[in-house]
Amino acid sequence: MLEIRDLHASINDVEILKGVNLTVNAGELHAIMGPNGSGKSTLAFVLAGKPTYAITSGQVLLEGVDMVGMAPENRARAGLFLSFQQPMEIPGVRLDQFLRAGYNAIHKARREEELDVLKFDRLLTRKTKMVGMEAALTRRYVNEGFSGGERKRNEILQMAVLEPKLSILDEPDSGLDIDAVRIVAQGINQLRTPQNSVLLITHYQRILNYVQPDYVHVLINGRIVQSGDKDLALQVEAEGYDRFEAKEQALDLSPSCPPLPKGEGDVSPSLLGKGARGLG
Amino acid sequence: MTTTPQVQESNKEVKAALRQEYKYGFVTEVEAETAPRGLSEDTVRFISEKKREPEWMLQWRLRAYRHFMTLLARDQHPRWAHLRYPEIDFQNIICYSAPKQKRKLNSLDEVDPELLKTYEKLGISLAEQKRLAGVAVDAIFDSVSIATTFKEELAKRGVIFCAMSEAIQDHPELVRKYLGSVVPYSDNFYAALNAAVFSDGSFCYIPKGVRCPYELTTYFRINTQDVGQFERTLIVAEEGAYVSYLEGCSAPMFDTNQLHAAVVELITLDNAQIKYSTIQNWYPGDAQGMGGVYNFVTKRGKCQGRNSRISWTQVETGSAITWKYPSVLLQGDGSIGEFYSVALTKGYQQADTGTKMTHIGKNTRSTVIAKTISAEQGEGTYRGLVKVMPSAENAWNFTQCDSLLIGDRCGAHTTPYVEVRNNTAHLEHEAFTSRVSEEQLFYCNQRGIGLEEAHALIINGFCREVFKQLPLEFAVEATRLLEMNLEGTVG
Repeated sequence: MLEIRDLHASINDVEILKGVNLTVNAGELHAIMGPNGSGKSTLAFVLAGKPTYAITSGQVLLEGVDMVGMAPENRARAGLFLSFQQPMEIPGVRLDQFLRAGYNAIHKARREEELDVLKFDRLLTRKTKMVGMEAALTRRYVNEGFSGGERKRNEILQMAVLEPKLSILDEPDSGLDIDAVRIVAQGINQLRTPQNSVLLITHYQRILNYVQPDYVHVLINGRIVQSGDKDLALQVEAEGYDRFEAKEQALDLSPSCPPLPKGEGDVSPSLLGKGARGLG
Repeated sequence: MTTTPQVQESNKEVKAALRQEYKYGFVTEVEAETAPRGLSEDTVRFISEKKREPEWMLQWRLRAYRHFMTLLARDQHPRWAHLRYPEIDFQNIICYSAPKQKRKLNSLDEVDPELLKTYEKLGISLAEQKRLAGVAVDAIFDSVSIATTFKEELAKRGVIFCAMSEAIQDHPELVRKYLGSVVPYSDNFYAALNAAVFSDGSFCYIPKGVRCPYELTTYFRINTQDVGQFERTLIVAEEGAYVSYLEGCSAPMFDTNQLHAAVVELITLDNAQIKYSTIQNWYPGDAQGMGGVYNFVTKRGKCQGRNSRISWTQVETGSAITWKYPSVLLQGDGSIGEFYSVALTKGYQQADTGTKMTHIGKNTRSTVIAKTISAEQGEGTYRGLVKVMPSAENAWNFTQCDSLLIGDRCGAHTTPYVEVRNNTAHLEHEAFTSRVSEEQLFYCNQRGIGLEEAHALIINGFCREVFKQLPLEFAVEATRLLEMNLEGTVG
């Protein structure tokens, strides 16, 4: 599904991602954890193609197609979805109108059926029920006057409507109380299928109590320093990020980070094992 | 912030692919009867004679003409607006042009099919079976009204909706009473010119207690090169009457400029309401700024009666230059004036537009919401005046003027004037200028929405408060028009 090879990216000529390698197969949910400023959100934005970031080297393949240089709308049409940590307000634009525009743009690009207002409204009603959102919210302006919880749930609703192949969820739990985290997590679980994949970016372990990750990666200073299963998340919670930071510093002492050997992307997840997967 | 080369590339493609052509730029081939080029007392007499006007009308025109010539001699061109254009040569303008019609028309079947086709192409059907339900249309072609629909149905309720030239013949007492009572010919330079040479326009009269069952619409079309269109519209709502009126405009593409200097007067008596909406899409000129319509218009309403209400809603997307300040004189106690405006300038368009709210009566209220959108090299100015007279106890005004910039070569200016001579007044003013934010665009893009559509969405959202004021059919039209005009301006 997604393959990231030695990805370097910067903003305003400051390098934030310093060689990220990651493979996510269809049906998998990967959690990426890391301290503040480790490059988690940058990774999300770079994958989604935010113009303010520049990819300086590396590859990002979505179903084998290199997305580097692709406009963000084309990535979305190819099946990539980003749940924003801070969803934008668009004054005067109704959520249902906004979502239909996105839905139809994506479907048009794929030569699939576009929906008129009535048909789309039926779809939207079904999806709002599914993620437990009030239907009235879809007739309000995009995120305007939404509470923190409503904004996050709105992102999950959009994911439900657009049915992406790969969903990148940037801290869908941040700023939420425990009940709201559970509701958002339920939404994510409902939308998981054997065909689509999720990259869940989070600062805290707690959402992983409700969402089962297949893999957990620790991102420090723009690099994945350790990968593992759910236990790694618990370990992070128990020990903090300090130990991993030390490990990242040690990386700098090594002469270079060799790129992934060819063909490794084809290795099935069961062979990956815990540990050094992210190190490349 | 840095922009990656890929994005710059995609912007360029969008720009190149979507430079939208003006869709209404065709010319209709009809035989026309045209006044000699230039402006003189003979021109005024020629027009008045063509219209078989009564003597009082001719005399009024001549007074206006003399006043205009004095202003011209004293070089009193209005120059205070934030606009740049070469001085207009009034001796090079054709003041009157009418499609030749052999006799007075009795029904639409007798209208030149070429003219009907023109309106069909513009999306306005005058033919019986295709009319928009609930909308009565007066179609004005260059200087004359060619057809008014739903006339009989309106007459049953006592509503008069006809061409101004007809009203002068058929309802002289009403015209004489109200014409020039809100905008006298001495009001300003272009009002004087209009009074001298106005050729046609719409006249509406809603009798006491009648709620007009149709949206009344006038569609103005300039067809002849170098023609000046000087229409005059007068709407009177008697006690407790209500009417919603809409005007639409378009013109062919010529590389010379055409002058459109209209005057609109509205009068509401006790408890009456007039809602006046404009969708102005005159030819704006080409991408280099050649050609286009000069739209110099005086629009004013008088809330003469108590608790009466006048609302102006305008969507200004066309014209090379717009100079226009739909205003309200709040004379009756408790009367309400409203102004909702969206003005878009792109290419080399310039707009200096806004409103004047003059509070005279007690407990009068006014609301002003103006949205200025500038793209490419467009220059948009909001100019407004809120004036509270000593007699206006407890006057209330809320003004909000917002500007949205697209790109870095355009300009937006706000010039609000406030003059308060009664200290019980309550005035609020809000203003902000913003750009279409990169963050909002990216959010839209991430949902699969391309740059063009994302801009259109965001800008439509920006204009929502104003579009909400338009009758539904026209709100859809306005949205479409705005999108069409914005195509190709992204980047």
